[in-house]
Amino acid sequence: MDLYMIISSLLAGVLGSMGFGGGSVLIIYLVNFLNLPQKQAQGINLIFFIPCAILSVITYRKRGMVKLRRTLPVTLFATVGAILGFIILKFIPTEILSKLFGGFLVTFGVIQLLKKVR
Amino acid sequence: MKTILKYTLSFTVGLVNSLFGAGGGLVAVPLFKRQGLSQKEAQASALSVILPLCIISAAIYNHLGYYKLSDALGYIPFGVVGTFIGTAIMKKVPDRILRKVFAAFMIYTGINMLMR
Repeated sequence: MDLYMIISSLLAGVLGSMGFGGGSVLIIYLVNFLNLPQKQAQGINLIFFIPCAILSVITYRKRGMVKLRRTLPVTLFATVGAILGFIILKFIPTEILSKLFGGFLVTFGVIQLLKKVR
Repeated sequence: MKTILKYTLSFTVGLVNSLFGAGGGLVAVPLFKRQGLSQKEAQASALSVILPLCIISAAIYNHLGYYKLSDALGYIPFGVVGTFIGTAIMKKVPDRILRKVFAAFMIYTGINMLMR
């Protein structure tokens, strides 16, 4: 246990509980600092996030911030997408996985920024 | 067209969560905003979609042998503390600031990943 580990998991919790896909912070720490394999890092992040997400969702539901009418259909289709993801996951090489993720994040970030400028 | 986009984006949320183990929120939040939710509602709703996905993904990753449960335990307490901080921030910080931070964070993370 060291400072980086504490900061990473703390930050991941803060960002993740705000819906920021904060898991990326933890994954970056696990892969870059601990040199863990990408898929292991992703798995750890997934488990790590569950208690955070549970607490967050309970809190937000109490505040009325979660719109179930909107989320249910999305969850349904997301599950279908997840199935495809698992299939790809089994066969994809790690290096490609990392680059893909990076590209995806930058793309979405840029789209978000451009939208705001308008 | 709008409906197709909605389904495609929803599909992508799940795809991203299972393939990358993170980042579903980055697709889900804009999706919910397109549906008229406020920034905070979108972020909260995104989380409620991601939670079940994470549970499924975590189980399958474990089944595929990518990680052990014990690998993750050390991080969780700090994550929980972070969660309390994050949910408090969500209460206080205005939408427009969150929006900017959200976008900046996406780009920062993406560049980080690309550089690896």
